[in-house]
Amino acid sequence: MKKFLLFLMILFFPLKSFSLIEVDITRGNLNPLPIAVSPLSIDDKSKKNFENLLKKKNIGEEISMIVENNLKTSGLFNPLSKEAFLQAPDIANLKPRFEDWNLIKAQALITGKVTNVDEKLRVEFRLWDVLAGKEMMALAFTTVPTNWRRVGHIISDKVYERLTGEKGYFDTRIIYVAEEGPKTKRVKKLAIMDQDGANNKFLTLGNELVLTPRFNPTSQMVTYLSYFRNLPRVYLLDIETGMQEVVGDFPGMTFAPRFSPDGKKIIMSFAKDGKSDIYTMDLENRIVEKITNHPSIDTSPSYSPDGKYICFNSDRSGYQQIYVMKSDGSGVKRISFGNGIYGTPVWSPRGDLIAFTKLHKGKFYIGVMRTDGSGERLLTENFYQEAPSWSPNGRVLIFYRETKTDEKGEGFSAKLWSIDLTGYNERMIKTPTDGSDPSWSSLLSN
Amino acid sequence: MKISRIRNIDQGAIMKLNKILKNLLLVVLACLALSACATKKVSVGQMQGDVYTGTDTVEYLASGVPDRVFFATNESVLTTASRETLRKQAAWLRKNSDVTIVLEGHADERGTREYNLALGERRANAAKDYLMTYGISSDRISVLSYGKERPVDSGSNPLAWSKNRRSVTVKAN
Repeated sequence: MKKFLLFLMILFFPLKSFSLIEVDITRGNLNPLPIAVSPLSIDDKSKKNFENLLKKKNIGEEISMIVENNLKTSGLFNPLSKEAFLQAPDIANLKPRFEDWNLIKAQALITGKVTNVDEKLRVEFRLWDVLAGKEMMALAFTTVPTNWRRVGHIISDKVYERLTGEKGYFDTRIIYVAEEGPKTKRVKKLAIMDQDGANNKFLTLGNELVLTPRFNPTSQMVTYLSYFRNLPRVYLLDIETGMQEVVGDFPGMTFAPRFSPDGKKIIMSFAKDGKSDIYTMDLENRIVEKITNHPSIDTSPSYSPDGKYICFNSDRSGYQQIYVMKSDGSGVKRISFGNGIYGTPVWSPRGDLIAFTKLHKGKFYIGVMRTDGSGERLLTENFYQEAPSWSPNGRVLIFYRETKTDEKGEGFSAKLWSIDLTGYNERMIKTPTDGSDPSWSSLLSN
Repeated sequence: MKISRIRNIDQGAIMKLNKILKNLLLVVLACLALSACATKKVSVGQMQGDVYTGTDTVEYLASGVPDRVFFATNESVLTTASRETLRKQAAWLRKNSDVTIVLEGHADERGTREYNLALGERRANAAKDYLMTYGISSDRISVLSYGKERPVDSGSNPLAWSKNRRSVTVKAN
């Protein structure tokens, strides 16, 4: 990560004109914006150099395919078929003939150019409003060539932000548990991948059971549960160095870890004598604090983005329900009162919502409610699904889903899925193995 | 006009047919209900309420000493049968005073992962507390929760889940 060099040069921002296109992301988008992603043009010399270096025939096309795929999976855009494009990429980047793009019903157009400058990859791109016939944005990036996928993600984020008014979530990664083998003897490994499923990498070997990995705010550290030496404990992992350490010195199982929003503390549960309470440990001075003190099971804690509150689930009422308290453990208040049981609350990065898992009449739901428990909205129903994690802009949830086995107990699978906060755009995220317990990173280019 | 008349005739015929079908359906339903009762009787031997009472998955620490106890959904209360099993284990442990044990607590797949880890720990502790009241020192007992991570039965049905809600006593030395 440290080696990552990205120079972002803003050529110029045109004055915002109120007539330019906008995409509303607060509603389920049934009419995604038609957008033309013209392949980034590339000169023959650069093309050859990058082909040798990256083993990609046309890196300009590859980068624009990443952009196209990101915009499409967001559900907000409808990238048009390249076969209908009338203008050559290099000419379109200089001056689009808007009539031509209008003809194929494109409302927005992305053009650009890739060059090889001093061993580096230089990418410039422009976003055009076809109807208004105006340039909306023009940016250029210079980076090490191996970062080409990230350039595609950053362009996607810039386009998303310019057109929706909110930050994107494409230049991000997902950490999750990769699973294989029979249901009774699952082998689980920590794995990390780009948000679009590329660059999948296993971080552990599968010798011990690992569960529930979560990123710190800078996405360089991960906290998770490992059964190393059959002692289930919360661990801390530095993704770059691979260094691991146990968090705290607890005489029993610690689990359900998450970072505080400033990244300085880990909040988790500690189980002892049949009771589970919530604790924090300061990573600098190692001071451990007990936050809840109740004979019930208190677990799955998650901080509000300002760090002032904690939501968690507890069975103190008899069944699992969601509670909110101040970060010092005072003022505990139950917020879930609907039918069924509620678990895995996670505070939205925007602060206004809590996502959760709900079990009611044998069905599992992923839903959201306001932080006082009002406005409950169920987004998806299934045989089994749980553990939502928010995209950094708070617009998408990723979670995992397990299938029902047949009479012989066969046919089990666990997959990662995502859904928009609107309840639309439900998608399975392809992973090399089965997957569970996903956690979304922050925006890496911030 | 013609079409509508044909429809009327057809509907009359269909209604008659419906009556016959309904009667048939009742007979079929009655048969099904009877056969359902018959299969239920078989499963009574496997479950009481939703607690597993069968022996399919049970292993033995010694002759006549079952290694595991079962729980109701979301519960960690020991049933009469569980207490009897644990008394046998306690007697065996008293006779074999050098043996140390791990109590492995488990949950079924119908709960969130983190809560199930805590629930498994609570179940194993229920067994531990009972063994201690029968004179087994806590020094000889450790507790390990697997939550829903290690089911014995991979089925997605109530019987499979009942087998998976368990605390298993495992010899540690």
